[in-house]
Amino acid sequence: MSATEAMPARAEAPADQAALLSVEDLKLDLRDEQGWVRVLDGVSFDIKPRETLGVVGESGCGKSMTALSVMQLQSPRYSRLDGRINFQGRDLLKLSRRQMSRIRGRNISMIFQEPMSALDPVFTVGAQIRETVQCHFDVSKREADERAIEALDSVGIAAPREIAKLYPMSLSGGMRQRVMIAMALVCEPDLLIADEPTTALDVTIQSQIMDLLLNLSQKRGTAIMFITHNLALVSQNCDRMITMYGGQIIEGGPVDDVLSKPLHPYTKGLVHSVPDAGRERGTLNAIPGRVPSLRAMPPGCRFEPRCPHATTICAREVGIEDIGNRQIRCHRWQDLTSITGGAQ
Amino acid sequence: MSSRQTESSASTGVPAVSVQDMTVSFGRSRTLVRAVDGVSFTVAPGEIFGIIGESGSGKSTLGRAAVGMVTPSGGEVRHGAVDPFALSRQQLNAHRRKYQIIAQDPNAAFNPRMTILESVMEPMYIAGMGNRAERRERALAMLDTVALSPEMSARYPHDLSGGQKQRANIARALVLDPEVLVCDEVVAALDVSIQADMLNLFWRLKRDFNLTYLFISHDLNVVSHISDRVAVMYFGKIMEIGPADEVMNRPLHPYSEALRSAEPEIAAYQARARERIILQGEIPSALNPPSGCRFHTRCPRAVEMCASNEPEQRELAPGRFVACHFAEEMLARFAPEGGGQKHESVG
Ligand SMILES: Nc1ncnc2c1ncn2[C@@H]1O[C@H](COP(=O)(O)OP(=O)(O)OP(=O)(O)O)[C@@H](O)[C@H]1O
Ligand SMILES: Nc1ncnc2c1ncn2[C@@H]1O[C@H](COP(=O)(O)OP(=O)(O)O)[C@@H](O)[C@H]1O
Ligand code: SF4
Ligand code: SF4
Ligand SMILES: [Mg+2]
Ligand SMILES: [Mg+2]
Repeated sequence: MSATEAMPARAEAPADQAALLSVEDLKLDLRDEQGWVRVLDGVSFDIKPRETLGVVGESGCGKSMTALSVMQLQSPRYSRLDGRINFQGRDLLKLSRRQMSRIRGRNISMIFQEPMSALDPVFTVGAQIRETVQCHFDVSKREADERAIEALDSVGIAAPREIAKLYPMSLSGGMRQRVMIAMALVCEPDLLIADEPTTALDVTIQSQIMDLLLNLSQKRGTAIMFITHNLALVSQNCDRMITMYGGQIIEGGPVDDVLSKPLHPYTKGLVHSVPDAGRERGTLNAIPGRVPSLRAMPPGCRFEPRCPHATTICAREVGIEDIGNRQIRCHRWQDLTSITGGAQ
Repeated sequence: MSSRQTESSASTGVPAVSVQDMTVSFGRSRTLVRAVDGVSFTVAPGEIFGIIGESGSGKSTLGRAAVGMVTPSGGEVRHGAVDPFALSRQQLNAHRRKYQIIAQDPNAAFNPRMTILESVMEPMYIAGMGNRAERRERALAMLDTVALSPEMSARYPHDLSGGQKQRANIARALVLDPEVLVCDEVVAALDVSIQADMLNLFWRLKRDFNLTYLFISHDLNVVSHISDRVAVMYFGKIMEIGPADEVMNRPLHPYSEALRSAEPEIAAYQARARERIILQGEIPSALNPPSGCRFHTRCPRAVEMCASNEPEQRELAPGRFVACHFAEEMLARFAPEGGGQKHESVG
């Protein structure tokens, strides 16, 4: 059975509404064998109620660490967080562990690239969703079970009662992802963090899952922080986006503006490196080099070693600048837009 | 749009690879899985032949059988005029160098205790090529070809990025002077920026060494960018074969059409509101193939007959083979010239 459906229309870009989540100057240090290392360095962004924010960037740029920091899922022994994470008027970094665990799964929940990392192999999926419900609501086991079945039903699982009795291992990748979405949405959170939820899936299954995520979140008014390295997915599903590089945000703004007129040389590089049937072979734009290791970040602009437009000024530290509804971290963005007219 | 002349399709020479009615099965009786089920195609020398399909559709198995790494249970495979399965072991060793496969996970190809240079020299040692100094020189030359500096060659695999490892992996194949390379999901694990670099490299190598590729990927953008012709696979069978941009812009099979539709693209807001085909369900269990047309359990166009009658593969236009009862109707939609409008890309 199949259906031809129009893309779910995105919510109107929310007006000047108070932010649901407002991350300010977030710094994360992690400890490994070689000691402490700064993984996130001054990350600031907002998500408004009902908004979908895309987070893009090369592997290792800090997307997942940003998400885990909001959830405070890093082990405190090996991590240090600094800055402010304001959520519904409270700074999450000032909450006790107990207070935070009440928010997690109830007000903010998260889905991961590899569902098996979040699902417990020794419990049935029904029991796991019931557990989540009972964790946050004072309901009977029977009631929680019913909610679990409803949740499985809402993510398009055809025989929810049967599937609820199965263990995660016996499900396909797409089904596991559906189960994880059911679990993440069962408490109707205000914010859903989705970390590459479709990267391991085929495009056909990817489009089912994205469709499902957007429809459910729209129906319930859930805001989404959507992490991916697929710019096309961001283009199709998000209202605003931020690009990360080397543990910093280097550009941000409304999706259409950023993708059609990227201001930062790195975002431009990403947009132009997408393979395309219409493009002469051998001429795809690639970004030369690789991201420096966190312990060897250049002191100035972090993209400087790979940037085709770098000049002497780029050796100096560069802050993020607000220009209208966009943000940009580049010494030369004005020169570059005036030379190239922005779009190229 | 690129002018993509398949010099090969015009040539009358012997194909580099020809596969006739090939079947590859695993297991037996009740656990029998026909991973590839009656597939035919030819690849001309110098051609890039793309194979696309969802995971589990049989792409890797097809690729491995096409180079002789897996023995088909039926049909035939020819490498030029040679039947690789009729060779003696000795002949086969020499022959294998010409027909190689590069797999998705470069880690599997490297011994963590060998430097990159040693790993690239190793296949030549096994093949008994040259002396040590010659092997070293050739390995360094190939590492240079794939843009890895001599400094990188002294490193161990864990000190290289995914893209660099994949480059070293390609150098490892190139030192044996192959003619045909099966590239199985070679850019799947890479970031787009690195992926673009690798795709450019594959194109350059093809030109410089006159290689022939079977380019396997589940990524429509990747396959349609690099390939001359593509085959769309579903559940062990080829649904459609044709020139890459034709299949991309004027799909004649409902499955190719659905794949195309599911592929997200960067587009301005208005263009995003297009009608999309969202395929329901997943690829059925391999142990339990659907009757009739294998795609009928998910096909948006399926009618009753599709569940009982398997469609014949037919040539609808020169070089375009399609297996669907309604392929003629699909073709008719594109009848007035210039039906395939090109989406405007951003930037
Ligand atoms: N426990 C740790 N100790 C030290 N560094 C770490 C640790 N965990 C992650 N990092 C580093 O933090 C940086 C950001 O990692 P993160 O997982 O957020 O990347 P990402 O953007 O999600 O990448 P991907 O796209 O590959 O998922 C990386 O450089 C990573 O190597
Ligand atoms: N060695 C094997 N033994 C049993 N089944 C296999 C084996 N290799 C592949 N298969 C099965 O064959 C089918 C096609 O697999 P594969 O060729 O790997 O597909 P793809 O590369 O398109 O994902 C799948 O159902 C897979 O489970
Ligand atoms: S600051 Fe300089 S090096 Fe950095 S992105 Fe801008 S132009 Fe390039
Ligand atoms: S034969 Fe029928 S089920 Fe198969 S692809 Fe064509 S319309 Fe769909
Ligand atoms: Mg990550
Ligand atoms: Mg495969």
